[in-house]
Amino acid sequence: MTPSSRQRPGATSSRATRILGALTLAGLAVLAFLGLYVSPPDGLQGETVRLIYVHPASATMAYLGFGVCAVASIAFLWPRTRSYRWDRLAGASAEVGVAFCVVTIVSGSIWGRYSWGVWWTWDPRLTLTALLLAVFVGYLALRRTGGDPLGRAKRSAITALCCFVVVPVDHEATSWWVGLHQNDTLFRIGKSPLIHGWQLATMLLSFVVFTLLFAWMVLHRLAIESMESRLEDEGYVWAIAERRSESGPAPAGATASSASSGPLVAGPLPPVATSQRMVQEAPGSLLAPRPLPRERGEAGL
Amino acid sequence: MWRDALLVAGKDLRVEARSRVTTNQVAPYALIVLFVFGFAFDQDQYVLTHIGPGLFWVAVLLCTLLAVQRSFSLEAADGARDGLRLSGLDGGGIFLGKAAAIAAQLVALEAVLAFGIVVLFGAHLAHPLLLLTTCALATVGLAAAGTVYGVMSAGLRVRETLLPLLLLPVAAPIVLGATQAWLAAVGLVTGSGWRWLTLLGAFAAMYLTIGVLAFGTLLEEA
Repeated sequence: MTPSSRQRPGATSSRATRILGALTLAGLAVLAFLGLYVSPPDGLQGETVRLIYVHPASATMAYLGFGVCAVASIAFLWPRTRSYRWDRLAGASAEVGVAFCVVTIVSGSIWGRYSWGVWWTWDPRLTLTALLLAVFVGYLALRRTGGDPLGRAKRSAITALCCFVVVPVDHEATSWWVGLHQNDTLFRIGKSPLIHGWQLATMLLSFVVFTLLFAWMVLHRLAIESMESRLEDEGYVWAIAERRSESGPAPAGATASSASSGPLVAGPLPPVATSQRMVQEAPGSLLAPRPLPRERGEAGL
Repeated sequence: MWRDALLVAGKDLRVEARSRVTTNQVAPYALIVLFVFGFAFDQDQYVLTHIGPGLFWVAVLLCTLLAVQRSFSLEAADGARDGLRLSGLDGGGIFLGKAAAIAAQLVALEAVLAFGIVVLFGAHLAHPLLLLTTCALATVGLAAAGTVYGVMSAGLRVRETLLPLLLLPVAAPIVLGATQAWLAAVGLVTGSGWRWLTLLGAFAAMYLTIGVLAFGTLLEEA
């Protein structure tokens, strides 16, 4: 392997994600400026109203993450569209959704402390959001159980659909039950928004910026999922190939593919090859864009 | 499917009757949970009476975990799960059978726990029709959800820790609805307890549907 053929180890970015990242960063800077300096404080809530530029957008991104997870899970379970790409998208979006859900609960709790006098109350919306977080944490734990990839993906997809049921109930909680949490501020059927001017503009911008951030995070998480999947599939084979190359000059044209098709251990090998060394010693080969063996046969899954 | 369900339920209940794990271990465990609640609340009879319905359903939930783990650990040894897969029984039938067996054990445990909260916490059980209907719907929901998540975690090395992580949050609506219905039945809250049965019924119907449709696939991958 020549140095010029190496890719940066652990790189998950592409030109598109770098542009998206730059846009997101610029958007966050503008949002912070508008939210902290330009937007006026509220007559009743004072400075705490600025949390409205984080909390609703975070909650929406959490719903979006869980929604993408559910749709991707359906696509995986549907035999005609079954592909591990859907499984990876479901996992990536759920993980980002969980992160935004945590931000939602933390920002809501801070707001509640100053508005209601308590960090937490058993309001239907709060309770259901905590429940939503708990069920998707369980979903992520199920994804990490290892074992046969197909079985794990099927179990995860069915669980995702069970978990997603909580999302519409959580969203409608303020309509179905009487609680402390206020109703929607922006999207009110047949009514104008409850905020105006710079507050309205900043809040709308927060949805745009958080959507960019969501997309950027999901794309990077998706790339990591792909690497992990490739490491599971090919890591051992590539580690063997590296050891064989260390033991002596490799025959002309020898590649990891030939190593996998021939005898696995032909020469003297060190007794231990940890997964950490696999990553360190063969980063380019693991990260190189090449079709996964099982993806070539996805139609037969 | 129904015939297969009866076969599987009969098999599971026969195993339980012969091993007597439910009567010798799970039922005493349920009563110990009530005692621990009593210690935790410092023998305050007023508090215990008022939160008795909630404690009852938390204890039922903990017993559900044991019953579900027991139901699937029975088939972990000697390739029994492979035998079940190769038996040719309908996946939905196996699900209904296992859920019915778990539900039957839960009904017995609920009777023990109801006796416990009457004696230990001084609960006054009234409106038997509402109480029994609540028990029936909540038990079906717990058994169905427990069976779905039980088979998901059955073949995994981390099944003992994963099952509570999956099942406890999902079963929260059951604990909420059943507790509220019981509180209304014993007159500790105002309002009709019957409206909570809609939540319990919807939950049970949802997990019964998921189980009948997906259990075969999940069992294949377990």
